Amino acid sequence: MYRYDEFDAAFVADRLNQFSDQVQRRLSGELTEEQFRIHRLMNGVYLQLHAYMLRIAIPYGTLSPRQLRKLAHIARRYDKGFGHFTTRQNIQFNWPALKDIPEILGELASVEMHAIQTSGNCIRNVTADHFAGAAADEIEDPRPYAEILRQWSSIHPEFTYLPRKFKLALSGSPHDRAAIQVHDIGYQLVKNDKGETGFAVYVGGGLGRTPMVGHKIRDFLPTKDLLAYTQAIVRVYNLEGRRDNKYKARIKILVHEKGFEAMRAAVEAEFEADKSELLALPQSEVERISAYFAPPALPERAAQSQALETRRASDHAFAAFVDVNVSKHRQAGYGLLTISLKPIGGIPGDATAEQMELVAELAEKFGHDEIRVSHEQNLVLPHVALDDLPAVYDALAAQGLATANAGLISDIISCPGMDYCSLATARSIPVAQRISERFADGPRAKDIGGMKIKISGCINACGHHHVGHIGILGLERKGVETYQLTLGGSGDESCTLGDITGPGFSYEDVVDAIETVVDTYIGLRSTPDEDFLSAYRRVGMAPFKKALYERDSGSEI
Amino acid sequence: MSQVISANRLSDGIVVFRASNGAWVEQLRDAEILPDSVAVKAALDLVELDIKANHVIEVAAFDVAVKGDHVEPVHLRDKIRAKGPTIHPGHGKQAAL
Ligand code: HEM
Ligand code: SF4
Repeated sequence: MYRYDEFDAAFVADRLNQFSDQVQRRLSGELTEEQFRIHRLMNGVYLQLHAYMLRIAIPYGTLSPRQLRKLAHIARRYDKGFGHFTTRQNIQFNWPALKDIPEILGELASVEMHAIQTSGNCIRNVTADHFAGAAADEIEDPRPYAEILRQWSSIHPEFTYLPRKFKLALSGSPHDRAAIQVHDIGYQLVKNDKGETGFAVYVGGGLGRTPMVGHKIRDFLPTKDLLAYTQAIVRVYNLEGRRDNKYKARIKILVHEKGFEAMRAAVEAEFEADKSELLALPQSEVERISAYFAPPALPERAAQSQALETRRASDHAFAAFVDVNVSKHRQAGYGLLTISLKPIGGIPGDATAEQMELVAELAEKFGHDEIRVSHEQNLVLPHVALDDLPAVYDALAAQGLATANAGLISDIISCPGMDYCSLATARSIPVAQRISERFADGPRAKDIGGMKIKISGCINACGHHHVGHIGILGLERKGVETYQLTLGGSGDESCTLGDITGPGFSYEDVVDAIETVVDTYIGLRSTPDEDFLSAYRRVGMAPFKKALYERDSGSEI
Repeated sequence: MSQVISANRLSDGIVVFRASNGAWVEQLRDAEILPDSVAVKAALDLVELDIKANHVIEVAAFDVAVKGDHVEPVHLRDKIRAKGPTIHPGHGKQAAL
């Protein structure tokens, strides 16, 4: 994993000193809130409904056991014993006191972590596929490039005051697990005809109040041009992006208003004009950074594990866990284990200090010291020997972490919603909890199959609802919560935005409405293997609309 | 409609309400109920001093319904601020209620 060099360490230490000083000056009254706000936001400190919130970056979702233990310590010592993992591979603490935050940041710096680039109109924490470096279908690990982008963009003077926030995501596999097409720039590692590696580049994706799928601006960008091309895009945006209206300030709006072809021409012209060798990535530098991400030396193992098969034969719960939560590793005899942070009826993405410590311990004992945070608000142990799965499962089960629902209907993404967020128009977490209780992780959930439900508590779409197979958006109408449903969204390589079903549903009725959608799907799927998204793409909205709305008017459906 | 003034405490961000003696209290039941817009305006003018003295941030008045000696915020958002997250009965002010 990446280790800070002297520059990184000095930079984080400097920033910590500056911010400690700013907090002191704020507490003593020397700075007004107006003067202080920008500094606090540049260091990940928000004010939510009940208290401050501290957002900490987990670059490209990679954590060491030592770092996760530190997060557990912070949860226990400065918060209420838990943290919340988010869709942007960050962790948020919901109750820190402002006066403690410099100390917390000091603790984080000691394990090479910080809260920089988690807020403000800069290039934000760079996200990547949580299966990077381990997935069977991977072309190349995207994280070295994510790290190069992170280093280049950290407090880049030219790009510190962009028109609006700017989000980058990378995928190293053809199957996109990082939702790159709904980012300001998405990079997908691909191979060209000559067998060389490069990036397919998408620009202008985003969610929020005007959701857009990114346009493919390059089919193949040589990896050495990563920074020069990114600079060209961000430059065009920085110069031409709107600053008059914050709702129209994201690059997606520029691409939309300017037109994609004109945008492409402007980016290519900028790229040609400033194709200075200065920004070309030397292969030696890529190799130097890649060395930090070298895969652990995994001893060879038989493809089939006797220990696993024996346990599977006698233990249904274990069998279900392995079937659902273990994905194909590129090396025989190993698996990628998703640890679901979606216990049935629980709060999506929350983990207690004890749970974090357990996962850290399992990573040390069985996982070659690697932990990942997924944008789906789960944790991942990327390299677990199949032989070790029974022991890992038992340890997880003892801490309530063995829910067998990765990718199933109860593996729900939910933003904090009105239970914490000051921008919310409705609650989202309790809706997720009720759906989870209704469908759980048993035979019914398995029969429904792959299903991504995503919930946001307002139009900002932090819960990615537009790209949920079923999306739920919590709104307020005349002082009452109401939930709008969208169907058929997808955040993977076949990215689409969901279609709105029609009028919204009340807090009380929304779970029944989801059940109606699910039952309608079960009734019309062509085979039990046709998943919800495929079925929806085949039949469209009509049967769902009918089931949702005609029932109420007394028809016999 | 009756209103109460709330804010977040600067040092730790915790939600506080303004009491009739001008103090900032943590429980809504101890807050001053302001019967009309004139009273709200007068109280907000006094609060300016607390903002200048950097005791509180995000000051705002919100609607409450008063039944006997029970005060209840009208809007869900303010109910959640007065009690704590609905999903964590042990967190926020509801823990002490
Ligand atoms: C204090 C809490 C939060 C605030 C104030 C906040 C604010 C916002 C705003 C204003 C937007 C819309 C940006 C735009 O359309 O230009 C947004 C988008 C987004 N936020 Fe949040 N958010 C919060 C919490 C979260 C959390 C908890 C997550 C992760 C679960 C998250 C992830 C995202 C994502 C993925 C998007 C949409 C992607 C995009 O930028 O287009 N945010 N947020
Ligand atoms: S979607 Fe809205 S309610 Fe949810 S976290 Fe984002 S800003 Fe808050």
